[in-house]
Amino acid sequence: MTVNELSNNDFLTPVVICDAGVEISGVYIGDLLSWVMNTLQEGQLWVTIMSNINILAVASLKEASAIILAEGVKLPEDIQETAKAKGINVLSSTMPAYETAKKLSMLGF
Amino acid sequence: MSEELKFTYNVDGEDFNSAGQASVSVKKNLRQLGIDPEIIRKVSIAMYEGEINMVIHAHGGTADVFVDDEKIGIVLSDKGPGIADISKAMQEGYSTATDTVRALGFGAGMGLPNMKRYTDYMNIESQIGEGTTITMHVKYQ
Repeated sequence: MTVNELSNNDFLTPVVICDAGVEISGVYIGDLLSWVMNTLQEGQLWVTIMSNINILAVASLKEASAIILAEGVKLPEDIQETAKAKGINVLSSTMPAYETAKKLSMLGF
Repeated sequence: MSEELKFTYNVDGEDFNSAGQASVSVKKNLRQLGIDPEIIRKVSIAMYEGEINMVIHAHGGTADVFVDDEKIGIVLSDKGPGIADISKAMQEGYSTATDTVRALGFGAGMGLPNMKRYTDYMNIESQIGEGTTITMHVKYQ
């Protein structure tokens, strides 16, 4: 499934979509950046409640297919601009990480 | 390649907004050189952790990355407070990061252990009040 296909689901709201055609390889959930650096695999969706600028560096270095901000966390506008500049896809979900993951699981991840 | 290549980066210690920039640049440069993606992955993780450490603890520093026929070398130097107890700092979960830094998602106590895990060689030289220099190698084999 691509990020574009994923973003058509009602439980997700696109925040920044740069590369809609990127293929999603799985899902990882975590908020401690060093854990994420250690564990996230290329192409995975990264579900987090962190919304500071540092998530963009981690997503870029680990080549996450997209960041999903759970719990309705908002991405500040200046960070949205940086995400666009870095080509990082960001979506948001109003649900907590677990419920978001359950929905993702129903999509086959 | 016969000659060693070297990239140097300044890591701004006052700016969390640019933390990770050096690592992202290194990744791009190594990719352009056609380095194996698995090697690039290891270098990126080790370098990012080191870069963040310099921002969190040492008001920034410099990062030198060397590329030769056998390995990628990373030398991170700062003039920060130094590491009081290196063996403790190497333990997973041990961190001296402030609450403010933890609120940003750092301070898991995984920085130095990740650097060790993803490199083939790592040496820490640190003097209290003078600074820290960390040398890491990632070998191609």
